[in-house]
Amino acid sequence: MSTNTIANVNNATPEEISIQRADFSLADEVALLEQDNATDGAVVTFTGRVRNQNNGNTVSSLTLEHYSGMTEKALEKIITQARERWKIGRIKVIHRIGELHIGDQIVFVGVTSKHRHDAFAANEFIMDYLKVKAPFWKKERIAEGENTSEQWLDAKDSDNNKAKTWS
Amino acid sequence: MIKIVFFAALREQLDCSELSISDENIKTVADVKQLLSNKSVQWQQILNNTSLLSAVNHDMVDGSHFVKSGDEVAFFPPVTGG
Repeated sequence: MSTNTIANVNNATPEEISIQRADFSLADEVALLEQDNATDGAVVTFTGRVRNQNNGNTVSSLTLEHYSGMTEKALEKIITQARERWKIGRIKVIHRIGELHIGDQIVFVGVTSKHRHDAFAANEFIMDYLKVKAPFWKKERIAEGENTSEQWLDAKDSDNNKAKTWS
Repeated sequence: MIKIVFFAALREQLDCSELSISDENIKTVADVKQLLSNKSVQWQQILNNTSLLSAVNHDMVDGSHFVKSGDEVAFFPPVTGG
């Protein structure tokens, strides 16, 4: 199915968003963005992964919680806004939930467009807005010697400030 | 009835993921928060956190947003996904 040919091109479709526990394949997602897509010369992808350090702590794993229903609605809104601002072909947003370990993929944003500018800008916009508007929360498991503790991540001012640069 | 849901650190602090309230005097999200704060000193202190966000029927809103019976009102900390 080509998102370029549907009547209301600005509305996000459910196929464009996936909230899942399972891992995803970057190669498979790129293939889907490119399949039967002869009009878009640009494919921009972003993948976010679990890091082993955060705020000076040694992180051993993460648990991701979300607000089912609102998450999808928030991401649809972000995608719709991106389509209003840039000329975009296809979009895919994947966000994983549940327990994740160091190096695991957390989030994927893929955008295609005729030329690179729209895909680059829209991809960054979607990630910046996802960071401050989509209801996900990370809880870190931190290793301190033989002990482990858990703590919810604090939101960063820098993420808020970055999202504001688009308004 | 208005359904109230809590998430993440807030859910753990309150030790509550959801509850329902029924009160004819509730007009806004701020009224909901006030009613919940009246439950106990502990709830009042936890809900007094000004960084908490709120949503009605899956849309982020502020305290002045109107609520009605059948709505789902959510309270949660600033989001940290991505």
